Amino acid sequence: MTVKTAKTLEELGIQLDAEGFLVNPDDWTPEIAEIIAREEGIELTDRHWEVINFVRTYYEEHGEPPTLRAITKRGGIPTKELYQLFPKGPAKKVARIAGLGKPKGCI
Amino acid sequence: MKRLVILGAGTAGTTLANRLVKRPEWDGWHLTVIDATREHYYQPGFLLLPFGVYRKEDVVRPKRYYLPTSAELIFAEVERIRPDHKRVELADGRKVPYDVLVIATGTDVHPEETPGLQEHEWLRSIHTFYTFDGAVALARALRTFKEGRLVINIVEMPIKCPVAPLEFAFLADWYFTHRGLRDRVEIVYATPLPGAFTRPKASEMLGNLLAERNIKVVSEFNVMEVDPDKRLLRSYDEQEIEYDLLVSIPLHLGAEAIARSEMGDEYNFVPTDRHTLLAKGYDDIFVLGDATDLPASKAGSVAHFQVDVFVENFRRYVDGLELLPLFDGHSNCFIETGYGKGVLIDFNYDVEPLPGMFPLPGVGPMPLLRESRVNHWGKLLFHWVYWNMLLRGHELPIPARMSMAGKEIEEAVS
Repeated sequence: MTVKTAKTLEELGIQLDAEGFLVNPDDWTPEIAEIIAREEGIELTDRHWEVINFVRTYYEEHGEPPTLRAITKRGGIPTKELYQLFPKGPAKKVARIAGLGKPKGCI
Repeated sequence: MKRLVILGAGTAGTTLANRLVKRPEWDGWHLTVIDATREHYYQPGFLLLPFGVYRKEDVVRPKRYYLPTSAELIFAEVERIRPDHKRVELADGRKVPYDVLVIATGTDVHPEETPGLQEHEWLRSIHTFYTFDGAVALARALRTFKEGRLVINIVEMPIKCPVAPLEFAFLADWYFTHRGLRDRVEIVYATPLPGAFTRPKASEMLGNLLAERNIKVVSEFNVMEVDPDKRLLRSYDEQEIEYDLLVSIPLHLGAEAIARSEMGDEYNFVPTDRHTLLAKGYDDIFVLGDATDLPASKAGSVAHFQVDVFVENFRRYVDGLELLPLFDGHSNCFIETGYGKGVLIDFNYDVEPLPGMFPLPGVGPMPLLRESRVNHWGKLLFHWVYWNMLLRGHELPIPARMSMAGKEIEEAVS
């Protein structure tokens, strides 16, 4: 019998860059999202997953993670709620949890 | 005759028009420039207007004077671009056909997008220097401001000239020190960025300079609304910052016509190839200046380097050759730091601002990423260069592509 324990990214052999983003976005799995979210102090709910899925679909279409404005305008999720779901810099936080790079939007 | 149409007679559009008509390969082409307004603003001057440095005529001149006489000039609002018909439709119903279209429609501020900002306290206790009228009104407000908290707030990135709000903070420190009021005026810099600037090394250098000048930085502050009666900014995560005088850098959006044409992203910026400047998905539409979605600064220097790249590639385009991936995101900015000094930074997509000497390695005369008087004079001289050389299409002795010569590399460049 095995007991499912929460693994760390290290145990899974997942590499992060200096800012905590996945070095290889192809490594991403929902399990990894859960681990990164936990590190951020976030327990993922269905609503969180709606945002994560939107962000990943956007990435597939555009080749880069969406800015906060793209999530609110295209994904239809109010900014205020995004800050509640992913406190402190939601665009960056979602991108990290969704296994993508750092969103642009600031140069 | 083949037709090239430029939308927008700002820095990018005007410079391009003057450069193109001088080229031998321009023979056989007809130029149309379309813009809704008649005044050309020297936008770097908006930073200095509030401090009483420039007069109106230093920063506002008729667009017509700066465009080539051979160009057909249309002052009208663009209704929409119709790439399927290769034409631009104007609000007055006219239709302008093109063989090549250059979108240089820039970006504008939208204070109405932030609740409370552009209401009854707008241009009273709430100001901006990102418009001409705003900069003039702010000059009056600064003259009568004797004590209290001055808050400089960037609503959202990206903005035009991302160093301008920092420069405003430095100049405000100098201004109030000069007037003997600095101990009664608190200066707060509230930004959505994690630090003073967007690039790590410059952010550290400028952050230290802000601390030295006793300017308090509130980072990762994303303003949700302004309460004009209580005089406070409220962020999405419920932080509040009180102010007596607010200098806001409002949300920036690209032109409405881009949205109407369904060619823009969520900011109405046009998705653009980062090296050839072609609008993504088109082979006859280019985008220059602030109108692009590129991860390069929205700044005059970038517009200028993009014009160089476009002109170089236009010859190849006319000859039916493949476009060269020439644009590297090069940006070159003077940062006024007050007390007659300035900092110069030079960077591109991949290389962050580094210390060194510019433009000649070891000689300069301008030091990079360090305060100096030469850089301040460089900035002031640029006013003359802008009106008399840059807009007129004379080539400046700064290459379009960034050079590593003269830059000091201490660590691995990411």
